[in-house]
Formats: sequence, C-alpha cells, structure tokens
Amino acid sequence: MSHVVVIGGGATGLSTAFWLRRAGVAVTVIEKGIVGWEASGRNGGGATHAVSPLFAEEQRLWPMMDDLLGYPTEYQRQRIRIGLSRQQLDLILEGVTIARKQGFTAQELDNKFLRELVPFVSEHAAGGVLLEYGGHANPQRTLQAYAWAVQDHGGTIQQHTTVTGFDQAGGNITAVRTDQGTFGCDAVVMAAGPHTAQLAAKLGIRVPVAAARAEMVVTEPLPLIRFGGADGNGVYGRQTLRGNLAYGGGPHEWIDLPDATTPRAVNSPVMQSVAKRVFELFPKVAHARVIRSWAGVIENTPDGRPILDRLTGPDNLVIASMSSVGFGLSPATGHAVEQLVTQGKCDFADLSQLKLSRFDTLAPDWQEAAGWVPWKSEESAA
Amino acid sequence: MVAGFDPTSIARKNFAVEDHVPLVVIGAGPAGIAAAVEAANLGLRVMLVDEHPVASALMGIDVPWMFGERMSAAVQNQGRMLEHIVAARPALQAAFDAGVDVRLGVYAWSAFVEGPTSKALPGPMLGLADEERAWFIRFDRIIVAAGARDLGLAFPGWDKPGVMGANGFAAATSLYGAFTGRRIAILGGGAAGRETIRQAQAAGIEIAGVIDVAPIAPIQGIPTHPNHRITGVTGTEVEAITIARPDGTGAQTIACDTIVLAVDVVPTVEMFDLLACATKFNGTSGGWVPVTDPTGRTSRPGVYAAGDCAGITDAALANPTHAEAAGRRAARAAARDAGLSAPDDLAPPEPPTPDRDQWRRAWLAAHATTPDLPICRCEEVPLEDLLGVRPPRYLAYDATKFETRDLRSLAAEGPVNQDQVKRLTRAGMGPCQGRRCREQVQALLAMQGNQATASVPMPSYRAPLRPLPLSVLAAFEESPEVKQEWTAWFGIAAQWYPHWEKVPDDLKYETRWNPGVEE
Repeated sequence: MSHVVVIGGGATGLSTAFWLRRAGVAVTVIEKGIVGWEASGRNGGGATHAVSPLFAEEQRLWPMMDDLLGYPTEYQRQRIRIGLSRQQLDLILEGVTIARKQGFTAQELDNKFLRELVPFVSEHAAGGVLLEYGGHANPQRTLQAYAWAVQDHGGTIQQHTTVTGFDQAGGNITAVRTDQGTFGCDAVVMAAGPHTAQLAAKLGIRVPVAAARAEMVVTEPLPLIRFGGADGNGVYGRQTLRGNLAYGGGPHEWIDLPDATTPRAVNSPVMQSVAKRVFELFPKVAHARVIRSWAGVIENTPDGRPILDRLTGPDNLVIASMSSVGFGLSPATGHAVEQLVTQGKCDFADLSQLKLSRFDTLAPDWQEAAGWVPWKSEESAA
Repeated sequence: MVAGFDPTSIARKNFAVEDHVPLVVIGAGPAGIAAAVEAANLGLRVMLVDEHPVASALMGIDVPWMFGERMSAAVQNQGRMLEHIVAARPALQAAFDAGVDVRLGVYAWSAFVEGPTSKALPGPMLGLADEERAWFIRFDRIIVAAGARDLGLAFPGWDKPGVMGANGFAAATSLYGAFTGRRIAILGGGAAGRETIRQAQAAGIEIAGVIDVAPIAPIQGIPTHPNHRITGVTGTEVEAITIARPDGTGAQTIACDTIVLAVDVVPTVEMFDLLACATKFNGTSGGWVPVTDPTGRTSRPGVYAAGDCAGITDAALANPTHAEAAGRRAARAAARDAGLSAPDDLAPPEPPTPDRDQWRRAWLAAHATTPDLPICRCEEVPLEDLLGVRPPRYLAYDATKFETRDLRSLAAEGPVNQDQVKRLTRAGMGPCQGRRCREQVQALLAMQGNQATASVPMPSYRAPLRPLPLSVLAAFEESPEVKQEWTAWFGIAAQWYPHWEKVPDDLKYETRWNPGVEE
C-alpha cells in the first residue's frame, strides 16, 4: 500500500488519514471546502456511543487524543444525564444498561447530589446518572487538530478540491479525478458524509444515505460546572470549557443535495424550542443569554447505522459513512478504516453489521417511502 | 407513490404566529419611520419594529452599540426611556397618525425564509421578542432600515470603561438622555466625528479634542490633533488619553472622562444575511452591504433596504433627509410590488464618498503594533493570538507546535476565512456577538496577507441577532405536535439499539422524550 486518497476532510476522513500516516501509508485528503466545515465541526461534541461496535475503542482513545494529535481537543471525561421526570430518568437508565453490559459503570444521582454537581438544575428534577465513561470534546478544535496532525505526520490535505470522477483498471480504482487535477492511488476511502451517495454513484455503487439539517443554540459563558457534559430533557449537548451552554435537538429537516456543494444550513423556529428545553433543564440559569445558533447537514442510512465496509468491487474502496454519529466515534472509526484499508479487516471491533450489502434489497424509492425527503407546507406550495 | 412520514422531522409541524402583516419595517430611525408612514399612506398595513429602549443589561455588554458604561441608572426605567425616545423621535407621531402598528422596545431577533435547507415553513417568518417573551409573526414584505453599528478599532486602552462608539454616544445623549460623561475626546475627523461634535454641542458636553491618524480639517473652537496615534488611556476608567505622532514626538495627555470612537460606523446587515439576501463588500459604503437596485430592492423578492444599513455616506450621516428619502423609495417599491399604485420614484441616492476602508486600515495599521493589543474583548483575544491562530489562553497547549503555524501558513492552504479563524481563536465569539471586533478582524486578516479587505468573506450572522435570555426564548406556547414528536436526535429507533441487537424490519421512531417536566 503506497498511496491512499481519502475523500472528505471531516472527522472520519481526517482521523482515517491520521491513522494511515501512523501506519506509514502515504495519504492525500481531498476536501471540497475547508476541513471540518460541515457536520463534523457543527455538532454537540459527544463521545459516548455505547450502542456502537466501536464504543470500547472510542472510550480507549479519547483520553489519549490530545497527546496523539499534538493539539488540544478540549476532551473532557464523563457525562451526566439528567431526568426531569421519572419517565425521563427511566429512559436514561435504559440507555445506561447498554454500557453496563459492556463493562462500564454509572452512578445514579439523587436530586441533592445532582444539584451539587450541576447547580443549574432545579430541586424538582427526578434525578440523574453520572456516567463513569463517555465524554465530550470541541468539534471545531478537534477537527483542526486532526488536520494539523495529518500534516505534521507528512500527509497532504487538498482543500477546495472537488472530486469529479474515478479511473479504474483491473477491478481497482487507480486514480481520483478532481477539479484540481488527478490523484493516482492504490486505495480510496470515501468519507464524504451526505455526499457519499453521489460519489459512489460515479462508480455505479448505491450508498443509500439521506441528508438532513439539524440545529443547536449556544449561550453566553457561565461558571464552569464540574462535568460539562450534562444533558437531558430531549436536548443533547455540553457546557464548553469556555462556559457556554451548547445544546441541540428537536425536529430535523430532510433536504436535497443536488450537487457536490453543501448549502448553508440555516436555523428554523425549532431553535426556540431547543432554548425552551435548555431553560427547563437548567432553570437556575434562566437569565443566561442565547448568543448564537447554528445548523449542520447530516446523513443517515435507512437503518440509522453506519456503513464501514471494504468493498469487493472495486476491491480497493472503503465506504465510511457514520450515519449521523461521526464526530464522537471518529478516533475509533479512523483506526478501524485504516485497518480495513491496510489489512482488509478490523481486528478490534465486529463490523459485520455495518456492511453496505445489507441494503442490497432496499427498494429504489426507500427515501420517499420513509418520508426522508424535503417537505413543503401546503400553504407555501400553493 | 405517496411519500411516507417521519414524525420526528419538521414535516407537518406548526409554529404559532401571532400576526401576518403585509409589510414589516425594521428600525424606527429616519429611514424606517419614513418608510412606514409612506407605505401606510399608500394603503399597506404596516408594523414598525424598533428595539429601543433596549434592556440596560444589553447596553452593559455594548449591544447594540458601544455604550462604554457611560449610561446613567435612568436606562433601567424602561417606561421613562420609552417616553424619552418618543419625544426624541417626533416623526413617530406621523407613524401613529398613519395607523402604523408601532412596536417599540421589541427586538427583531431572527428571520426564517425558504432556502435550500429550509422548505417546510408556510412562508417568511420573523422572530420578535421583548424583555418577557419571544414570538413569531409572518410577513409578506419587509423593509430593513436597521441603521448602522459602531465600528470597533483597537488602540491601547480601548477596552476600558468610558470608551464609546459614535452611535452609542448619540443614543446616550439624544435618544436616551442618559449620558454620564462631561468631557469627551473624539477619535475620527470624518463625518461620524463631525456628527459627534454636533451631538456633543447640542447636549452641552465639553469636547477636549479631536484626534485622527489622518489630516483633519480645522474645526472652529475645538483642538484638533491630526496625524496622531493613541498611545494609551490613563486610569482604570477613562481619565485621560495619551497621543503622539507616529515617530513618537508630540506626546501629550488630554484629560477627558469619555473617548468617543467615531472614526466611522458600519451598515447593520445582519438581518439581510438571515433573509438570504446577496451582500457585497464595498469599501466606500462602509463594509458589507446588501446588493440593491436604486429603489432599495434586494436580491430577494419582498425584501428592501433603506438608510444606513444599505450603505454609509457622509451626506447621510450629516443629514437625515437622505435616509428619509431612501425609506420612502423602498416603501413605494414595496407598495408597487404589492400591486398598489405609488408615485414615481424619488431622486436616486447619492454616490458614496471617500474610501472608508483605506481610512480604517490606516487606523488599524497605526495601532496594531503591540502583540498584546486586545482585539476581541469578550473572549480576550490579543492581536498576537489572532495573527498566530492560537487556541484561547484557558487551554493548555504545546506552544512549539505553533512556531510554524499562523495566519500566513493557514492562508497558504486556502483563502482566509473569518469564520474559520473565529473557531480557532474565538475572536468574535463572545456575548457582544462580534459587534466590537468583526470589522477589524476582517481588516487585520486581509492586511496580514496584503489582500483587499473584500477578499475575506463575510462571516455568517446567526439568530438570535440580540442576546436573549433562555427565559425569554422559552416563554411561548409550543405546538402540540412539536412537543409530542420531539426527539433529541433523529429518533431512528435502530440507531439506539445496541449493535448486537438486530435491526427491526420496519422503521420505528423513538419519541418518548416528551412530555418532560409535566409528568
């Protein structure tokens, strides 16, 4: 293996490139815009994915990432899930069971202890759970850290470069064509998020992903709480190390991606509902001012689970679409994809459920059937 | 086939609106009032929204203008301030008389319009708020007459209490009548500086002098200090300003309790960005401006621009009749577009005047000489950290890693992007929402690469356009379907089953998160 082209400068692509360089493989990352510019840099920063086969590796790697990359990621260990009602708390405990089955532990918090750890919470909250695992990081800082680390290790990042096609010979991709020239390669990793579908289509491969917009709000800085990764009440997010509360959730909007560009993701009236839930979660800081909001474009597969697969035709292509949970898992994903490229299989996680072939019998109109298509109100259509 | 339905998506969600107005006008300055009155007289139902009096807490963080902690306690009495504002803007009476629905003390904090990532709304929506609650209205047309913002330009000591902007000073003295200073030094010998002199003289405030890095035309009875730079500010609050020529000669100290940074003002274009209007950088118009036709029509049908927010001119800064004419032009265009008959257009606006961008860059060049000069005051980003694209100082990091990384190395990898630099350094990320550093960061990034200021793309504006408390945004009645079908994430059930469990045959959604607090 002498040269790998990674398409997509998001969390998955950059982490893959980083791990490939560590394995001594020459790598070029091709990014249509700026590294980390899309969903990878616009998310809640969570690093707690107990449902994933990559969970154990995610948990093993995050505490090392600052040192591995050489730049700060703002990673913080542990999280607190808050249940305002008994019903919410039961849902949280249901989720915690999944991690407990994998050997991780969590501690239930009564209201008093919860409020000692998170003074923003009301005395009426049912309780919480302190996870002894998981954590959160700053997506924007982490993505730049990945990119700089790839360069520090001798990798190349081509920003503002759009893939236009592929050259194939003998069942393999031999080059990636772009608007900035052609890049010869021995293997290709496709990690282009919602654009993976269009790219794969150039090779006659169907990668079923649908794109959606989701949004978050952020407040002015507040005094730091001990475990900033505190969320619940239907919103996910964290207190940043600067002190801002950054939370998201609520209705997403399915969108069309007609070409290789990603349109600017705008906010919607949903942002007010997000703020309402943050207010309910943290009534003691009701005065905190919301100063910003943002949105991102995210892809999902039909079953909501990732596609991490080394294909057989072409033989040297790995598809890596994380189906809306890319950032937190990225340290582990990059490691797994590096192994798929260099060894053909991952030796630390069972990726058998994440094969593209599970969608071979998927109906052509699956997106319409699911309603994962843009929706226009009757009034505006009229 | 009939499309399926994702209950956790925005499809079929309703967002309560309190009104649907044919024309909303943002800003009750000369342009906005004239636009509202003209449109109402032409037969449109008009709502006129203006944020003043703004909460005193916002003034404390220099929103919307640089108030420099020079507002008296009187601003805490909103009722009294409301009376003062109505008295200070006598033209408002004409708006009341014309039947305009005048909303004072109301923030226009967001606009939501159809676009590539937003198709589900029934039509254009505007987010409004006061000190208690937030609500939405729908509108058919909108005239943005949002005026100008203060231009932040760093100099040693500019972060001390007592440093105001030209708009902040004008508001303190005339709009609110709540200025606490007695003796001011004015920075800037141009149109904004001359307007500041006029305001100060009208309010009986002593002017200690006018300072500029450029030549200043002589002003009767006021000491001027042309071709000087600021070397410091004395006191923990402003007690005096020290100045010198670029070569260090002519150093002197000028006693004053307030410094009015009146080099220039900037078009307030934030609402145009949310309304998805095309903008362009025009150094002679004072920065980013909406692309408009001579009547104020923007690139987006139904959106019009009038007054300073469409571009700054020296003539308009000196005389409000220019903005009033622009407001009437926009109102007539809106009326015609609504199918009403309207008189012929007034004379087109005058061409812009000097190259404001070059003058601003000269101010920055004169002062951006020390590494610790504070640029972003909210996030405490000094000049060296901005140009070095350093992480914020509360983070531990390996400084040797940054010996070869700075703005120039970043620029070698692609065009400099202000939003990217913001993410890395936090410059412009604070509670004042970048109001004090947005323009100077853009100019500094351009200057560092010997580029035109226009080459740095406009950083995005995001709602809320004013910092709004969680409690205010939360004070609204959420529609039942938003509440019942709420999920933290996509709600695709299989996404939350452990990987060792099989994916169910049919698509299920997880919506058990609501209701939350009630049960």
